[in-house]
Amino acid sequence: MPDKMHIKLTVNGKQEEFLAEPRELLIHTLRERLNLTGPHIGCETSHCGACTVTIDGKSVKSCTMFAAQAHGADVTTIEGMGGPDALHPLQEAFREHHGLQCGYCTPGMITRAAKLLEENPNPTEEEIRFGMAGNLCRCTGYQNIVKSILAAAAEMSAAKEAAE
Amino acid sequence: MIPAAFDYYRPKDMAGVIALLEEHGDDARVMAGGHSLIPMMKLRMAEVPHLIDLQDVAGLSGISVKDGQVRIGAMTTQAELIDHAELTTAAPILKEAALQIADPQVRYMGTVGGNVANGDPGNDMPGLMQCLDAQFTLVGPDGERSVPARDFYEAAYMTARADEEVLTAVSFAAPSGGYAYEKQKRKIGDYATAAAAVLLVKDDGHCTAASIAMTNLSDVPVYSDAAGAALTGTDVDADAVKAAAAAMLGDIDPMEDNRGPVAFKRHVAGVILSRAIERAWSRS
Repeated sequence: MPDKMHIKLTVNGKQEEFLAEPRELLIHTLRERLNLTGPHIGCETSHCGACTVTIDGKSVKSCTMFAAQAHGADVTTIEGMGGPDALHPLQEAFREHHGLQCGYCTPGMITRAAKLLEENPNPTEEEIRFGMAGNLCRCTGYQNIVKSILAAAAEMSAAKEAAE
Repeated sequence: MIPAAFDYYRPKDMAGVIALLEEHGDDARVMAGGHSLIPMMKLRMAEVPHLIDLQDVAGLSGISVKDGQVRIGAMTTQAELIDHAELTTAAPILKEAALQIADPQVRYMGTVGGNVANGDPGNDMPGLMQCLDAQFTLVGPDGERSVPARDFYEAAYMTARADEEVLTAVSFAAPSGGYAYEKQKRKIGDYATAAAAVLLVKDDGHCTAASIAMTNLSDVPVYSDAAGAALTGTDVDADAVKAAAAAMLGDIDPMEDNRGPVAFKRHVAGVILSRAIERAWSRS
């Protein structure tokens, strides 16, 4: 049995430090070790995107990364984006526009959408569909997900303009 | 799905990587973005007792465009490649192809080096590199050597790279003329049913040079000299396109799988190549 590794991560702004086998996948670290059950395990084969988190400014499927690879990295999950008292504009928009039905894909959708809007604050519908192509939803038909992201983009742009 | 246990290493330089490869031989593998290897490890189709993560090795990523020569470090991700304005000016076919690889999340992690070195017939960069007549830089215990992309692939997952070598960069002359990377896939994230990389040079209404390579239509990428020759000297009219597609069909050897039977794949290959030629010609 290989030695356990000493791994340090920043997750949602908090320093985490633990011993883990090299084969421990990041999604298992988040869910089982750190009790962050927002990122979901969907397909486990890098297709569905339910496990998407942000790692050092990249949207990553955390079922396809070892915790050891993320050693030293800065990780943000859906829990780090907003809470019940202060929803992120994307969370608010998904609620407002019915961007979910069963909700299983939602944490991955919102985490990915946040990165998409960071890179492209005013996307077209087509750009949203292309930029969200790594996330699958089996119930909404995507229509309301796209609508929610468009609404959040408008809201976030307006808030930014008001602040300037 | 949890892979079999392994030892994990993160060396800081190539000397450290090569020392590990020499020590562990077949039992060691280098990993770039891991988005081909980790799924295989999870399915336990790949067993890697010693996993060498290249992320901390200095000097393996980055793109340079100088005097018409392009060099892309192996650890450059598809996302970095897509965002590189200078590269897109020098060789726009790279961005066109990279945008058709996998999905956004995978493109943040997936690398050019991993894509070309893995030897998976489904990868898009190998055919593209053959079309560009790229050179691959390999570093091993005896130093550095260069292998043409057109000589690199031997069979599925079998390449000219020796066990203790690492592919560190790809380089090629910036192409001139028209280009197209056309890919048919069942859904976003899928490998190609058929894909074609085409570069054409037009002079006075005639095609003076053509380079054509195909993806996922054999156990290796297929550079089709005959298809290029069928276009050279013509004005790329319908007959010439037809002749090029027919010549290409003589060079591919697709296998039946869940993307369809052989006859279907050959049909799709012809359609995709014709579209790619037409688009490349319209841009030349």
